Parts: sequence; structure tokens; C-alpha cells
Amino acid sequence: MLDDFLVRATLAGIGVAIAAAPLGCFVVWRRMAYFGDATSHAAILGIALALALNISVFTGALVIALVMALTVSTLSGKGFAMDTLLGVTAHSALAIGLVAVSFLSGVRLDLMAYLFGDILAVGRSDLAIIWLGAALVLLLMLRRWSALLTATLNHGLASASGINPKREQFILTVSLAVVVAVAIKVVGVLLIVAMLIIPSAAARPLARTPESMAFFAGIIGALSAVLGLRASYLYDTPAGPSIVCVAAGLFLLSNILGRFRVA
Amino acid sequence: MTLVKTVGMTVQMGGTTALKNVDFSISRGEIVTVVGPNGSGKSTLMRAIIGAIAPTKGHIDRLDGLRIGYVPQSLHIDPTLPITVRRFLSLPHRKSAAEIEAVMTRVQAENLLEKQMFTLSGGQFQRTLLARALLEKPDLLILDEPTTGLDQPGSAAFYRLIEDIRQELGTAVLMVSHELHVVMSASDRVICLNGHVCCSGAPDVVASAPEYRALFGSGTQGALALYRHDHDHHHHHDHNHDHDHGPEQEHEHA
Repeated sequence: MLDDFLVRATLAGIGVAIAAAPLGCFVVWRRMAYFGDATSHAAILGIALALALNISVFTGALVIALVMALTVSTLSGKGFAMDTLLGVTAHSALAIGLVAVSFLSGVRLDLMAYLFGDILAVGRSDLAIIWLGAALVLLLMLRRWSALLTATLNHGLASASGINPKREQFILTVSLAVVVAVAIKVVGVLLIVAMLIIPSAAARPLARTPESMAFFAGIIGALSAVLGLRASYLYDTPAGPSIVCVAAGLFLLSNILGRFRVA
Repeated sequence: MTLVKTVGMTVQMGGTTALKNVDFSISRGEIVTVVGPNGSGKSTLMRAIIGAIAPTKGHIDRLDGLRIGYVPQSLHIDPTLPITVRRFLSLPHRKSAAEIEAVMTRVQAENLLEKQMFTLSGGQFQRTLLARALLEKPDLLILDEPTTGLDQPGSAAFYRLIEDIRQELGTAVLMVSHELHVVMSASDRVICLNGHVCCSGAPDVVASAPEYRALFGSGTQGALALYRHDHDHHHHHDHNHDHDHGPEQEHEHA
């Protein structure tokens, strides 16, 4: 079954969608969208370094995404306005990454594949890495769900119950870096944040509790992956952007339905 | 028994000293109020006690296994985060439906359980926060200006509720407040803070201390009068006091 590239692509898309769902909810609740951009844009630099050093692209992207996420996480609240700080780091990281890629002589690099993903080229080992990363993130989210949620609501409430908000922030930061690294193949660095935010935002009108929002986000994300890939196959459109287009459509749909339900 | 004790605690944040050399303690069942002008380090003291910030100098001792119920000064819940009151009360630890319903009845907010948190009014929100703090079965209840955003009858009702609960449960209460006359009447001990402890002691002692008067000036006179009146009233008519407020609470609720 795994011999079919379309099956592998679909499984990869579903894996990313499931891991991105709970994390994406926190990105939305904590208003970390820009933070996600900075982390994912930095990954392109990681890819360039990985190719230069001849190590796996996944490792390179993960390391640089992690460094970037931790840097921003540490600098925040140290006298910089968060949006300015992230605006500087996100775009500098992308620019430096693109420049670094151009220095790689002798390496034939399909830049588009990293910017917009190359889900149809997902191999068996890629699939294993994606599912391993997704399972790790999902496990972290499940184990620390209550603590993460309390810290998201209010740092004081968390501290008073013996939860360290900084540690929860760190867990989210690491999870974000992992999701970025595994999602590059699927949607590319430019659209990773879309996979985090759009399904969660689409799930919002359907949910009454944080848990149901994360659950619906997973369903919507997985559905986007399946339908997006199908559309990409039928109409010969780029796979990653097609997935995001379907997610955007579902976002519109659920918000319109949500309006009607309220009215 | 001492629940929390700070010894020579200094807290610096971003280069400025928020608290300097603070000695503070609170014992089981005690009700202590911290008063002080804006920026006097009241919230910093609360945050140090709950463990959200570490002292720069000195130290904090907490009783082993101390359970703290904390009602923050403000809590903004983003509308992007769907959460019912029922779910909120189970954070971070799961509570049984019976426990949840009992505590919400106690704070007179049982009709809120299925409401979304971000739709609550100021008074409903504070009652929900108090209920959540009580569900932690606290040895120490910490309230940081719990009536911010409530109108006068609302905040008076809220303070009465806290006083009643303290009597029922014997929980120690540590409050920060601006409403001097209200808290004065309800406190065993008052601490006047202005970056350091200006003065502390029984409410009437603090109210007449020159340091306190220097901080709160002429406004104190009225508050003081009110306090004395209230205080006498409480002593002689304990039962009447409880009855007096019954109808008012219902009225506030309707």
C-alpha cells in the first residue's frame, strides 16, 4: 500500500494535520502566529546548512528552528516589542536562508520544494520521520494539556497551582520546532503556519471547550489534506497550496455556519 | 501555624526595586489585607508568594504541601478560546460534577456552569474565579484586588461572601485592596506597603499610624470613621449583621 506515492502523501498530510491541531490551538489562543512564522522561515537556513554540511535536511531544519524558537522565546519580554522582534527575526531568517542557499554551488536545489513543500515526493523514511515527530508532539500535548491550558489562561493561576509557565512555554516552543521540521516536506516553510492556524480557526465556531476545538481542528486538518491532495491530483495543481486552499474553504464554511447557528 | 513567611525579601524587576527588605508572614485562619498606593509592590508581593517570581534577595518559606487558591487581579480570556465555566473550574485538576455544583451554589453562581467564560460579566467572572480557587481546597486564599471592575454593591457583596467563606472553612485569606474602609473592617491585620512595609498591625493601629496617614492623607478620615462604626457594629450585633445582608444579596443577584 505504501508503494503508492499518493497514499504516502495522504498519510504524511494526515500525520502533520493531527500533530498541528492541538499545537495550532495554542498558537491561536496565545497569539503566537508570528512566532510560528519566525520559526518556520528560519528553517530554510537550516536546510541550506544541512545541504552544505551534508547532513539530513530534517535535522538541519529542526536544529535551526529550535535555535530560532528558543532565541525569540528568550528575547521576548526583555524590552523588545514582540511583533517588531518577530518581524525582524522572521524575515531576516528567511532572507539569510535564501542567500545561504545561493552559495551552495554544485548542489542542485529545488528551492520551490522547500518553500511550498513536495508532498508527492514523500518517501518511506520521510513518512516514518513525519509520523514519529507527529506522535512525539501529540504525546507531549496530551500529557501536559491541563498545565499548558492553565498557563495559557493566566500565569498567576498556573504558578499558584505549582505549574511553571516558563516550562510550558518551552514545551510549546520545542513542539513548534518539531512540527515545522516535519511539515516542510508536506506544505513547505511558507505555508506551515497556515496548517497550524487555519484548521484551528475553522474549528473555533464548532467548539464549546478547548478539547473539542483541538479535536475538530484535527478533523478539519486531515480532511484538508485528503481533499487537497485529491484536487491536486485531479487538476494538476501544487499539492501543498491545494491543501491550504481546502483548509481556507473549510474555514469560511464553518464560520458562515457558525453565524447562522448564533443568529 | 505559619503558612508563608518572607524574610528580608527584595524583588527587583527590570532594574527597578519593586519590594525592599520585606518581612511578612501569615498564619492559618488569619485574614490579612495589604494596602498601598499604585506601584507600591502589592501585586509583586502576591506573585512572589504564589511562586511566580523569585526573590532577588532574602527568601520565602512555604509550609510543605501548602495549597494556595489564587484569584488574580485580572484575567483576560480571549474569545478565540472556547471554554465553559464548568471546564474552567476543572483546571488544572479534574473535579467531580458534585464538587463543582456545590461550590458554584456557595458563591451564588450555579446558573453559570454552561456559559462561555468570555461572556461573563465582571461580578460573575469574579465569583467563578473565587469558586475555582476554593475548589483547590486552599490553606491560603490569595485575592489580588478581587473587586476591580465591580460597582460598590457588587464589591461589598463579594467581600461579605469572602468573609462568610473564611468563617466556614477557616482558610487564611490574604487580600490586596484599594477599598480601605471595607477591608479594614474585615481584616485581622493590615499591612501598609510602599515598596517596603510602612507599617502593619491591627486595623485601628495601622489606620492611626503616621506612615499610613502620610500615604493616604485626608481621605483616610472618612474611611477611618466608617471603619470604627462598622467594627463596633460587628461586635455587638453579629447575628443581625448576617440577616441584614440576606435581601441585599438576592437583590444584587436578580
